[in-house]
Amino acid sequence: MSNAFVSLQKLSLAYGDNIVVPELDLDIKKGELIALLGPSGCGKTTTMRAIAGLLSPSTGKILIDGFDMTRTPANKRGIGLVFQSYALFPHLSAFENVAFGLRLKKMPKEEITSRVEQGLETVGLSHLANRKPAEMSGGQQQRLSLTRSLVMEPKVLLLDEPLSNLDARLRLDMRTELQRVQRDTGITMVFVTHDQTEALALADRIVLMNEGKIEQLGTPDELYNAPKTEFAANFIGFENIFEVVGSKIVGPDGSLPLSFEALPGHLAWRPGAVNIGTGDYQGTVSGVAFAGEQREYVLQSPLGQIKASTPATDPVYKLGEKITFGLPNESVLRLPN
Amino acid sequence: MTSKWTSRLIIGFTLTFLIGPFIIIIFAGMSAGDFLAFPPDGLSLKWYFKVFTVESFRASFMLSMFLAIFGTVAALILGIPAAYAISRYDVPYSETIKTIVAAPIIVPGIIVGLALLRYLVVPLNFTVTLALFLAHTALVLPYAVRVVSSSLDNLRSDMEEAAVLLGCSRVGAFMRVVLPNIQNGVLAAFILGFVTSFNQVPVSLFLSGPGVRTLPIDMLSYMEITYDPSVAALSALLAFLSVAIVFIAEKFLGFSRYV
Repeated sequence: MSNAFVSLQKLSLAYGDNIVVPELDLDIKKGELIALLGPSGCGKTTTMRAIAGLLSPSTGKILIDGFDMTRTPANKRGIGLVFQSYALFPHLSAFENVAFGLRLKKMPKEEITSRVEQGLETVGLSHLANRKPAEMSGGQQQRLSLTRSLVMEPKVLLLDEPLSNLDARLRLDMRTELQRVQRDTGITMVFVTHDQTEALALADRIVLMNEGKIEQLGTPDELYNAPKTEFAANFIGFENIFEVVGSKIVGPDGSLPLSFEALPGHLAWRPGAVNIGTGDYQGTVSGVAFAGEQREYVLQSPLGQIKASTPATDPVYKLGEKITFGLPNESVLRLPN
Repeated sequence: MTSKWTSRLIIGFTLTFLIGPFIIIIFAGMSAGDFLAFPPDGLSLKWYFKVFTVESFRASFMLSMFLAIFGTVAALILGIPAAYAISRYDVPYSETIKTIVAAPIIVPGIIVGLALLRYLVVPLNFTVTLALFLAHTALVLPYAVRVVSSSLDNLRSDMEEAAVLLGCSRVGAFMRVVLPNIQNGVLAAFILGFVTSFNQVPVSLFLSGPGVRTLPIDMLSYMEITYDPSVAALSALLAFLSVAIVFIAEKFLGFSRYV
């Protein structure tokens, strides 16, 4: 507890009578890059807004750097937020957008100029200082929004879906940019995302949320390889989850005998872990899609649907083809009850 | 080919109907004779000059200007926060509030005028000028709320939150971020309000008292006594003023987007 830089204690968040986050505890260390991950409506954005001070919690506390900030208004918290829509000021130039907060601090003019110029420089926007946001591309607008928050030297930087509005190539640039910012400034960052790949790629630790509660908290490795709940397993890519009943596994459509020993609970396989062409079970190919390095299949089996994938160089199975498949012991994830 | 001619005919009639009276008034005011007539009795600009020498026109013009400017400003001072509240907060009964605010446009002016006279001026002893000011403010308010609302709806609210996180108070964020981005809408509302107030007849008719008349009312009573072309000349001048204002507004603000 003592080394927590941001500490949320028994935090309850609600919009009117609609309780979004019932009771949340979370400690974030200084300099950490944390991802709040979850499907839409899981309370991740609400939690972020509460840290920023844009939403007052119904109960609980928010401590930042040891101070109780629960009732501190948003404009006095010293927290930066990069909005999903960037929220740039359309009537101001790029320079003035970045200078906005510094001017409010009544900082000397020369210092504002040098800080803004340096801020624009680090995100590669110096040549666009006089442009209005509407005259800039999406990626440029986002970097402007990022540097507008960073020149304020916030204690914590919050980012709402920082990569979701960018195309694939810009996404990679922005990822690198965020990692650079963390390395150069050592700032504590919390970013909200619904995309597990982003969270895995960027975060030091991931907070997986579901229905307002923390489903699992851990490093990307832990979450990817050892999800602890059915929800976490499914969200992180174990798309085939079946229940163990006695010596059988049970799916939505029926059951199959299990070829190895398992305790009561659930077993889960990633699509890539499913063997096609070898194994004890019979199925029919009901869907096939080419996805670059691999081929993705949907199989109809006595259990119900099975998602499987094979390397693209493997033989291709056709739609409607009868095949055998296996759910091997080696690559199974066990979720005991 | 027939449909082409039909549409031309319809457009022609519409334009005649809309612009015709304006042209008649311009020329009626240019008459050299002593009576309002069309076609004019010879051509001269003397009535256009005479207008400026009529004492009561000067006084009522000043009153109309005063009402149009300050009535509209007052309506904006009330209307901008109202529009902001309706667009940003989950105000209970906001639809009802919008309807009530729009009432002065829907209710016939005669009724508004009579009601204000009967329940404000007579029992509360309001001066005529004050009653006129309040009435014009109320009449312009619906336009202020509607026009400002539509430009607020185009402005994302997360911009204000961004300003707050950069250190602004809520009011500061409104002044620094919201106002500069809706200023064209506010200007458009001002122009629309100004023109509405300046041309207002039925309500002002009831609230005009001895020596206190708005320009349109003054022109009406002038015509009851003197039937010379100066009223036509004055009307033409006012029409030019309105056209000029709207033309400039369209050129610089794209006025038609807001109305």
